[in-house]
Amino acid sequence: MRQIIRLFSDYLSQYFKTRLAYRADFVGDFLSNLVSELINLVFIVVVFQHVSLLKDWSRDEIIFIYGYFLIPFALFSMFFGFWDFNERYIIRGEMDRILTRPVHNLAQVCLESMAPDRIFGVITGLLIMGYAAIRLHLSFAWYDIPLFILLVISSTLVYAGVYTGIAAISFFSDSRTGISPMIYNIQNYGRYPVDVYNKAIRITLTWILPFAFVGTYPAAYFLRKEMWYTYTMLTPVIGVVFFAIGLSVWNWGVKKYQGAGS
Amino acid sequence: MAKLYAELIRIRFLTMLAYRVNYYSGIIIYGINIGAYYFLWGAIYGDQQSLGGMTAEQMTVYVAIAWMSRAFYFNNIDQEIAQEVREGKVAIELIRPYNYLSVKLAQALGEGMFRMLFFAVPGMILAGLILPIHFPPTLGHWGVYLLSLIMAFIINTQINLLTGILTFFLFRNEGMMRAKRVVVDLLSGLILPISFFPVWAQTLMGFLPFQVINYYPSKIFSGAIAMSDVAGVLWLQFAWIAILYLPITLLWRRARRNLVVQGG
Repeated sequence: MRQIIRLFSDYLSQYFKTRLAYRADFVGDFLSNLVSELINLVFIVVVFQHVSLLKDWSRDEIIFIYGYFLIPFALFSMFFGFWDFNERYIIRGEMDRILTRPVHNLAQVCLESMAPDRIFGVITGLLIMGYAAIRLHLSFAWYDIPLFILLVISSTLVYAGVYTGIAAISFFSDSRTGISPMIYNIQNYGRYPVDVYNKAIRITLTWILPFAFVGTYPAAYFLRKEMWYTYTMLTPVIGVVFFAIGLSVWNWGVKKYQGAGS
Repeated sequence: MAKLYAELIRIRFLTMLAYRVNYYSGIIIYGINIGAYYFLWGAIYGDQQSLGGMTAEQMTVYVAIAWMSRAFYFNNIDQEIAQEVREGKVAIELIRPYNYLSVKLAQALGEGMFRMLFFAVPGMILAGLILPIHFPPTLGHWGVYLLSLIMAFIINTQINLLTGILTFFLFRNEGMMRAKRVVVDLLSGLILPISFFPVWAQTLMGFLPFQVINYYPSKIFSGAIAMSDVAGVLWLQFAWIAILYLPITLLWRRARRNLVVQGG
């Protein structure tokens, strides 16, 4: 573990060297992330000019959930940014190189594709949450802060687990899977309260692809929605369980992997 | 020359046909997105009859039509250009006896036709069975819609060419291309009909080319624009094509002079 952290700082400095070589892109990336984050906010704000409630949620509650949603997603894309895993590692055969490296192969892949600039997503999320919290006159106790950190880490683990498991499918099939963009689109369902959707989607989002645990459920605690507390408390469990599943699928896949690149 | 481009369109069409997995996952992605907005709008409407001048039913139909139109006009040629610049392949492309940008346009058209034929048309038929979609009543209406859709395709592709050409100067601009994609989705009326925006925003958007990409064609399809007013929309689209042609030509001329081939 200590080795991974040392490597992390080395990769970090290397990362900034490569990124700053293309300064326009660095700024462009930052702006593009900000724009994508704000556009969803525009959607919420414009829609709530016409209605006052979405199911039982007010505008500021929805904005609060959205702010929370951004934070684990930013952390996830910071450390698990291998969106092109299938293309880059399997089809081009980079995975063979990974396997010769001394650290755990998943850690190596993460190190190579990390995106520290996504930290801005965390800041945007916190600002949006803060704005909504002030408008809602929410009050927090001291223990809400460690709880918040715990929930954010759990939500990030949900993402990491689901995504690692999905990426591992590439080990079994050496052709393009096109699954990661699919997952990317599904996670958007987590942006809004799950009771918006019908029962089948709600169950899927809770137990199968648990993206309700990256937004609604944990955020509901800070909004003091007691009807969701059970699910809030389940968040760490779901996070750990899904990450464990993802990791075992990954390890199993690596064992099965035969090399496909040239 | 026309034969060459027809061949390029055909090849791209066949390439799309070959990558079947992409096709299936594409369908699922559109399904996921349409589903998300379907439920979201359902919850937004709740008990309300009409919002922003549209009933809940009209909104459902709008979402379906808007996404199906997108299937035709959407493409990633800017990212293809960026990749070819980055990998140095663009040098080979430039010495070939054709116009690089027209080639990209042709490829985009092949892609759009593929998605139209194998995705939007069956999708629309399916949607027509479930939703109360009023299809354009006469052949004339269909023709006008298709014409506006083709112009929407050209405008969207021109915007993609612009962001693609910028790679020649910036070397890497994935961030900008991603931002452009979400901005186009929002301002073209795909995720939110323009009539929902506050008046000042609508006025502002009137000065931008995005709303003629999706909002107007979709409204023509649903018959919300009277046949007598359609000509105005088509002229507006045509004007945007002409306006966007200018910066593309200028930038392209400079890009070829400035080209730095890094890889290859």
